[in-house]
Amino acid sequence: MDIFDIIGPVMIGPSSSHTAGAARIGRAAANLLGDEPKEAKITLSGSFLRTHKGHGTDRAIIAGLLDMPVDDLRIRDSLEIAERCGLKYEFILEDIPDAHPNTALIELTGKSGSHVSMRAASVGGGNIRVEMLNGLTVSFTGAMDTLVISHTDAPGVIANVSSLIAALSVNIATMQVFRRNAGGDAVMVIETDHAPDMESVKMIGRLRGIKTCNLLNKL
Amino acid sequence: MQDYTTISELLILAKQAGSLPQAVLEHYGREGADKKEAVEQMRRSLAVMRASIQEGLNPDARSMSGRVGGQSAKLMKSLLNGESFGGKPIGLASAYALAAAECNACMGRIVAAPTAGACGVLPAALFSAQDEKGYSDEDLVKALFVAAGVGRVIALRASISGAEGGCQAEVGSASAMAAAALSHLAGADPETCMRAAGFALMNLMGLVCDPVEGLVEVPCVYRNVVGVSCAITAANLAVSGIPLIMPVDEIIEAMRRVGRSLPASLRETGEGGCAACRLCSEDAK
Repeated sequence: MDIFDIIGPVMIGPSSSHTAGAARIGRAAANLLGDEPKEAKITLSGSFLRTHKGHGTDRAIIAGLLDMPVDDLRIRDSLEIAERCGLKYEFILEDIPDAHPNTALIELTGKSGSHVSMRAASVGGGNIRVEMLNGLTVSFTGAMDTLVISHTDAPGVIANVSSLIAALSVNIATMQVFRRNAGGDAVMVIETDHAPDMESVKMIGRLRGIKTCNLLNKL
Repeated sequence: MQDYTTISELLILAKQAGSLPQAVLEHYGREGADKKEAVEQMRRSLAVMRASIQEGLNPDARSMSGRVGGQSAKLMKSLLNGESFGGKPIGLASAYALAAAECNACMGRIVAAPTAGACGVLPAALFSAQDEKGYSDEDLVKALFVAAGVGRVIALRASISGAEGGCQAEVGSASAMAAAALSHLAGADPETCMRAAGFALMNLMGLVCDPVEGLVEVPCVYRNVVGVSCAITAANLAVSGIPLIMPVDEIIEAMRRVGRSLPASLRETGEGGCAACRLCSEDAK
């Protein structure tokens, strides 16, 4: 617990979980897409569903998709800005069974055709937790610079990634691997002490067995 | 590095460091964290707080529901017309608290302190005290470190979330932080500052979180006004030398237990308390 979690964050109101957290969820989805978003389908569940208008949850999520930070005054006008930027969006108001009370599911398509499906919860004080990624159950927060690497579960894939990261002199703080089944789709989530540059991120993405590598910048 | 998770530990560190703000600053972040940058960040927070009051005083602002916004301007006008009770310092503190809280409700930029819903209390206490007594901005930055130390202990030992502990955890915590900050500005010793925080928590203990329609509007913005009034009162009680008959850490523990025993309907679900009231016809949707 940092003193700037007490005096802070600096944010656009009115709600840390329904506005600031929602903006961070949108920004995480855009980061994980790794492309300029073109179309978004957003399902709001639980208390997001009930108070999204009054707390600007819809505006905050769209602002995040447009890569705005939580203290960006343009959050208020993000729906209009999205139209100008050519981002098409649709909100679906529907409870997701057994999800955290503040949950959003974002289906995002990028201008180059890439796609990401992310479910995340706003867990209080503007903090978030990503819980599903492209159908895989995951758990990470974006509180640190995080590499999110989709890959095929195969021997040596993780070792190749970690040795490349070591060669880049990036220190790994935590590392998790989530997989659907042996030999199937998997995701590596690597929290680092400082963010690797975009060239390094691309290098990791080109390793054998890696489908995509995206950097989720510290939110 | 030594850390603090209780008020009594914070007081020991304050003794070693020479002052409360210095103790909080020295024990900020990881070993080797940049202290100058921390002071800079606190200065920026103070600037955002000041701007949030200015923006909130806009008479034309309205929240999404239209139920709040522009009301702090009314309160200020009433004060300037000599219609309000309690004199100018309390009047300004009330208007500032409402202004920053309305700025938040109208999607303005604020500093959560400790939360967005309670963001008016601390700025109102600091800037009304500056108006009244002429403290410098640097004095206010130091007072923010005092407030942060108190808030951190409450967050670690009890809660600063309305969904967990009711409004006592949000406006109550903000009020305790502001009371300690004010006492520090008044030149009180660290023990007195903590006593002020204790009086504030004592006086708001049990306050429930009952937002109408789940929105951070009513009663939240008005509770910010109560929060700063309570902070001023608590600082006055402590600075005058009135003893607190229990340790502040005990009051924080009591607050935690009270929060846990609140039913869910009174913890930010928008079901109980004021949220359960029938609305006057023009306010109903």
